[in-house]
Amino acid sequence: MPVFFSDRQYEIVRAVCARLIPTDADAGASEAGVVDYIDTFLGAFSFDPPRIWAGGPFSGRRGGAASFGAFTPLSALDELAWRTRIEGSRGRPEREFNGPVIGLQERYLEGLARLGEDFVDLDGEGQDDRLRSVAEFTDLVYEHACEGMYGPPEYGGNRDLVGWRYIGFEGDVQPAGYTDAEVSQP
Amino acid sequence: MSAGVNPSRDFDAVVIGSGPGGSAAALALIEAGWSVLLVEKGRNHLIDADDPSRLLGDYSNDEIKFVSRHFLGPDPFLEPRTFRTSEAEGDRAYVGEVNSIPTTVGGGGVHADGKTPRFLEEDFRLLSERGPIDGATLADWPFGYEEMEPYYAEAERLIGVAGEAGSNPFAAPRSGPFPMPPGAPMYVATLTTAAAERIGLHPYPAPTAANSVPYDGRPACNNCGFCAFFGCPIHAKGDPVAMLQRALASGRCRLEAETFASRILVRNGRATGVELIGPEGVARTESARAVVVAAGAFETPRLLLLSGFQSDWIGRNVMFHFQTFVVGATPRPIHGHRGRAVTHLHDDHLIADPASQRAAKEAGLPWIRGGMVEHGAAGHPILEAKIHSWGPGHKDAMRDSSMRARMVALTMQGEDLPQAGNRVDLDPLIRDVRGVPVARTTYQPHRHELAASAHYSKQLVELLEVTGVDWTMVATSPWPGMPYSGGAISPIPASRHVMGTVRMADGPSGGSCDQWGRMFEAPNVLIADSSPFPTGSGYGPTLTLVALALRNARALASAGA
Repeated sequence: MPVFFSDRQYEIVRAVCARLIPTDADAGASEAGVVDYIDTFLGAFSFDPPRIWAGGPFSGRRGGAASFGAFTPLSALDELAWRTRIEGSRGRPEREFNGPVIGLQERYLEGLARLGEDFVDLDGEGQDDRLRSVAEFTDLVYEHACEGMYGPPEYGGNRDLVGWRYIGFEGDVQPAGYTDAEVSQP
Repeated sequence: MSAGVNPSRDFDAVVIGSGPGGSAAALALIEAGWSVLLVEKGRNHLIDADDPSRLLGDYSNDEIKFVSRHFLGPDPFLEPRTFRTSEAEGDRAYVGEVNSIPTTVGGGGVHADGKTPRFLEEDFRLLSERGPIDGATLADWPFGYEEMEPYYAEAERLIGVAGEAGSNPFAAPRSGPFPMPPGAPMYVATLTTAAAERIGLHPYPAPTAANSVPYDGRPACNNCGFCAFFGCPIHAKGDPVAMLQRALASGRCRLEAETFASRILVRNGRATGVELIGPEGVARTESARAVVVAAGAFETPRLLLLSGFQSDWIGRNVMFHFQTFVVGATPRPIHGHRGRAVTHLHDDHLIADPASQRAAKEAGLPWIRGGMVEHGAAGHPILEAKIHSWGPGHKDAMRDSSMRARMVALTMQGEDLPQAGNRVDLDPLIRDVRGVPVARTTYQPHRHELAASAHYSKQLVELLEVTGVDWTMVATSPWPGMPYSGGAISPIPASRHVMGTVRMADGPSGGSCDQWGRMFEAPNVLIADSSPFPTGSGYGPTLTLVALALRNARALASAGA
């Protein structure tokens, strides 16, 4: 169940991401769950602590106790910043000390409206044409798609590390690290 | 005083800023027997303030947290800065992220990859050695390298610098070896240093404040690769952790994070204390015998201006390093995601030679000077992905990985001449979350920087061609004429090396503070970051500002303030 998008919006964003980072012989955005990364980010304040900064120091993938999943609690100022960035300022004076701020949620909803309900029914070329016609929104989703594809899986994307595997990236490696030979040899 | 004001606790000194400079000054004052309140406006993700032997576990190998989501601050919404290249652009041309050197306990030391070279002898007397340049406010430092050498040696021992004495033929004389041998060379550096030697350059292992062996109770670096821009999950980087641990362990140093210094209180030419705003927004006043300002070369002049200091030099001559990036793609992957981000440097472009003299003459300049060149690579896939475009070609581009797995990157940290019109002042309109005017930067490079970059980039392209790359590309930061952004390709300099905004001089006609870092207007206010630097050299400023802070804080303590 998505935490921010409606089921319909979720399907459209998933279809968008599938065009941005397609599936070929290797997994793409669909298999990586990039839409879940975006939905979790936009709905970060549905969780406690909010899903803004994963914990540390280790993921458990290369030893140590797994702690990325325990997200970092936010200070009052952190929460003000991230709520404003995600939700927008919505006329609240404490969020508008330098003027109104349009939030990411609103940018997504407006972008999806411009993309059209029929987006999922278009063929690939038609979808790409539509994406090019809303270039600013597409750039925003692409930025997030890159994070969801190639960031740590604790944020909701990069499922089963498919984003790292196909490019040969070893990901987070603490506390094991690399040997001197692995650093210095070809 | 309002009901929300807490009572003062009366420390000998309030130190503002917990980065390398503030931590060094705090430690020196503590060792002289003082009590210190160390305030930091950012959060504490570094050290248990009550049990400094315990370092926190908040840092991680996480590109989203550290690169995409401002974990180390400053958050550009809470604390925007503004920028313009000249007054002709109006009050400001850009609001947002301007050179985000971290706002967090540990400051810039947390995110740096720990390159800690000393300056050259020439760096302290550039005007005398090279001569004036029109439009530049060049000045010699009030003292020379010999004065700094013992403090350099002490700073290297304190933060734990790994390096190899004698490996850099241009280096200034040292009184002893480095505390640790160099760490493992990155594979990319074995390729580029061999090529550099073939074309007559002199590469050497970069002096680096990351442990190559266990040191001072902290482990050796294990080469994880998440170094530049990341806090170290195992605390193998010593700057400024080691100094903070010692200061806090004394029991006479109190660290308060999320505490903003809004004003230095000055009466009859002496500071009497500081106004602070704590994490709950509660204001209070702390009185002190001395105030140490180490908030960085943007925030230090901002605080001085907010406090009513009058010197016209405050904020002027802001310097960055003019960065020239020369990148290329090797035929095969070189795993630049392993290791300390940069393991080798060469300094040849800081040294005058016939070719640079010819290039200067052609550009109508008396001389040009570049900076240290970092032999590096690329490691982070989100950064690469955002460079490539979306669609059917995306994954082939990521598999081919010309901008990551195969990328070799040379970065020259070029000398940026001081100019009086390049300055930090208070923005007349934009406020931070606490309602305080933010720092505005007015900056454009001198044509010296452009000429030096154009000249030395040719040699760096040659270096990559000899290394063996499929193509090369040259970029700079700042990049005049590009659209404004908080990223690397922008008229806003991305180098986190910021300097010069509270110039030290022999008297108030030439600067804001004396050669001991004390404000002429209030001699018990000590500046302990890179703000006093009259010139910026072509090396990262950290070791020099730590050495200077140790020297000047010790002098303050012996003078008794």
